[in-house]
Amino acid sequence: MTAKKRYERPAIKRLEAQMPNKFGLRTAYVPMTHVDGVAVKDLLKEHGSPLFVISERTIREKYQEAKQAFTNRYPRVQFAWSYKTNYLNAVCNIFHQEGSWAEVVSGFEYDKALANGIDPRLIIFNGPDKHEEDLRIAILNDSLIHIDHLEELYSIIRLADELSKRPRVAIRVNMDTGVFPIWDRFGFNYENGQAWDALNKIMRSGKLELTGLHCHIGTFMLSPSAYGVAALKLADLALGLQQRYNHEIKYIDMGGGFPSGNTLKGAFLPGTDTNPGFDALAEAITTPLVNSNFPANKMPLLILETGRALVDEAGYLLGTVISNKRSSTGKRITIIDVGVNLLFTSFWYDHKISPAQSFSNYTEETMLYGPLCMNIDVVRENAVLPLLNKGDQFVIHHVGAYDMTQWMQFITLRPRVLLIDMEGRAHIIRQRETLESISQYESVPEHLKKIAP
Amino acid sequence: MKKMKSNIALSESGFVFNPNTGESFTLNPVGQQLFEMIREGQDYQSIRKKFLEIYEVEDSIFEKDYEDFVHLLHSYQMMEPDEQA
Repeated sequence: MTAKKRYERPAIKRLEAQMPNKFGLRTAYVPMTHVDGVAVKDLLKEHGSPLFVISERTIREKYQEAKQAFTNRYPRVQFAWSYKTNYLNAVCNIFHQEGSWAEVVSGFEYDKALANGIDPRLIIFNGPDKHEEDLRIAILNDSLIHIDHLEELYSIIRLADELSKRPRVAIRVNMDTGVFPIWDRFGFNYENGQAWDALNKIMRSGKLELTGLHCHIGTFMLSPSAYGVAALKLADLALGLQQRYNHEIKYIDMGGGFPSGNTLKGAFLPGTDTNPGFDALAEAITTPLVNSNFPANKMPLLILETGRALVDEAGYLLGTVISNKRSSTGKRITIIDVGVNLLFTSFWYDHKISPAQSFSNYTEETMLYGPLCMNIDVVRENAVLPLLNKGDQFVIHHVGAYDMTQWMQFITLRPRVLLIDMEGRAHIIRQRETLESISQYESVPEHLKKIAP
Repeated sequence: MKKMKSNIALSESGFVFNPNTGESFTLNPVGQQLFEMIREGQDYQSIRKKFLEIYEVEDSIFEKDYEDFVHLLHSYQMMEPDEQA
């Protein structure tokens, strides 16, 4: 008996008489059958669908690529892992093993970094909402506190007295770097003098150790020149302190905001084409610092808090097709088992999606809906994909940043997260949630325990 | 029975031209095979039997795909109106 042929949905596509796009007509779609040598179908069979998978190899390679770009151009460089980008302990520890400090923005993240074993003196504490108790612990631990507003500055001065400590602080500076919008809600403004005023207050208090200057000019920044402007303005403040107080700043922290290979919604070109790359960013940041008037033997340490650019491409979300249908207007709809509850970043990215099995060259435009019974659950408004059927598997790329911190336990439970190590072995680094794990935070008053009348 | 308009043109490589609307279409290989069988006037049962023999496909999935395909042919004005009962 001869084997039956592989079935593909019968499809007919109208040829649109319009301008071809600049990429031409795509006739091939490359499937992604393996992640770091491990078969997607095996991973889904063993761990269920959907499933997050993180590549340790990609993280380490990206880190080294970024480090190389900066250390080639500047003598003293330090990375600090941005916990909010992905604070799964296994992921944080890869960065710490590579030499990253920790950059945290809440007491919760601070505790997480401590629990991961990082030296508290190597924790940078950012953010506008540091509770009094958080500040107290950070001061006692001699962590680096980046001050966001005057209320915080005054609290730290008071705590310095109370604890008889000299806290190590920096201020966050916001500024016009020529890009819109200006992120002026965090820190002190450069142009209107707020930043210089705060620095004077710190210096005149005599109670704080002003160790650095910090900025974080935006997110997914595609213009390296904006970082150049920011570096120049921080250098100006540092040199002003040197001139006025003979005070040397130990470091300049340029924050993060570097883009990944993801494609922003509405972008004309794919993210892989618009990303300037680490070399261009490093060139823009280090050139003003190298050319500034810092004494050659006293260049401040350059700290970078980039998160997304280091981890986004290491994350994959594996899933399965639930169904195909048509909208009222005849548009193809594909329902998948990955929704915006897991893929929060789909609100601003058009994620690249690859089938996990081979297909013919025939493709169709489809709208990808998640499994949630909510109208907002749209993963891609328009994706060109092969003819997917129920049960077909796929891989969503570039989900390492923010998806595993901003995900929601909404309607359904969150899945497992796997790490593929350098030898291609899979490790569960976060278990899938259960009804019990979610219900443990709830309690029902006695009079509501019985629902029968 | 589903009946295709007699003036719909199909090339060997799967291009379709509908002179009623002036529109052109492409078919994937499975679509071309199904298109030809519908054009020949084969009814659903004989098409279904043939597809289940040749392809690795479940009956219910093929039925859904067949209905979807024929629905599209209707929307592209390639089919004669359904006969009234």
